[in-house]
Amino acid sequence: MSNGTADRVAKATPPRVARKIRGLSDRAIAWIFVAPTIFLLLAINIFPLIWTIKLSFTNYKANRIGREVKDIGLRNYERILTDGDIWLNMQATAHFLFWTIFFQVLIGFALAWLIHRNFKGNAFWTTVIVLPMMLSPAVVGNFWKFLYQPQIGLFNYIVGFFTGRDPSSFEMLGSVDLAPWSIVIVDTWMWTPFVMLICLAGLRSIPDYIYEAAAIDRASSLRQFFTITIPMVLPFLMLAVLFRGIENFKMFDLVVQLTGGGPGSVTELTSINLKREAFEKWRTGYASAYAIILFVTVFGLASIYVKALNKVKER
Amino acid sequence: MTGFIKGIIGFRRGAWEMLATIIIALGVFMLMQPFAMWAYTYSFITTLVGTVMFIVVSHFRE
Repeated sequence: MSNGTADRVAKATPPRVARKIRGLSDRAIAWIFVAPTIFLLLAINIFPLIWTIKLSFTNYKANRIGREVKDIGLRNYERILTDGDIWLNMQATAHFLFWTIFFQVLIGFALAWLIHRNFKGNAFWTTVIVLPMMLSPAVVGNFWKFLYQPQIGLFNYIVGFFTGRDPSSFEMLGSVDLAPWSIVIVDTWMWTPFVMLICLAGLRSIPDYIYEAAAIDRASSLRQFFTITIPMVLPFLMLAVLFRGIENFKMFDLVVQLTGGGPGSVTELTSINLKREAFEKWRTGYASAYAIILFVTVFGLASIYVKALNKVKER
Repeated sequence: MTGFIKGIIGFRRGAWEMLATIIIALGVFMLMQPFAMWAYTYSFITTLVGTVMFIVVSHFRE
């Protein structure tokens, strides 16, 4: 801040406030500025977390106000961790996580590799590729619902065109075998650009002189790719994988819009199941324990994420 | 490997963080694997131990 601005701020401060502040140390003034944020953080984040942990040890139901709340110890955790149906939901989440990350990394890296080679219209195609990421998940969900329509959907028509199958003979969202793949396709379509951008940042961070030195040593393009490009982009790729992993572990909106967890419960991811337990069955204590299990898992993954991030920074 | 073991014995942050990361990853795998129910049952405690360990060891010296 320039002296002029500082003088103007000092003059604009009401004398009563100025007199009070003059007696305070720098540390105390800093605390005064930080206190509202800390208070909000405690009220919005920390208090609900502690309250959820407390509720997870009870049989509390939010829709029965006058009912006596009993402390049931670890029974909610025990029930969740021995429930075969929730285990199936975890597996559905794992299927979704594994395949979305696999395809997003594969396609994202390939796209970044292509975009990295400067060609005519490079900026235009980058914008086109990045577009899906900018849309709202609700819009994407509705949009793909139309694309997956067996009678009028473009997706079924294209699959029919290339395979010779009748487009109305299969239903992506209604079939037990195809529905888990339908959500994988949509998430891949939406979030591959994100992975591409991270990979592109990694590719652009590699200095040209390394490739030049390798070329002087007569290293082939393939050798350069595996000994220079891949190792140097790997921390960025890892970051993208962890980031998408954490995000997809919490996936809710897109899948609810597309399949609502169905048919049956083949696409019922943990977050959808959690919402059903909390706000349809109103088993608040049980849902709190479920939320804590998911929270610890995401927190653990986030710890790895922070470590990976620090490693990238060190480079 | 020797460096890792030395780091564990000498309470070095890098090695302990690596160990905590492995435990967290193992817990997440146990939670989502389709092979054994017992692994699913013990997944939460594994992840919790890994996460708490990560928080504690991140205060160790480098």
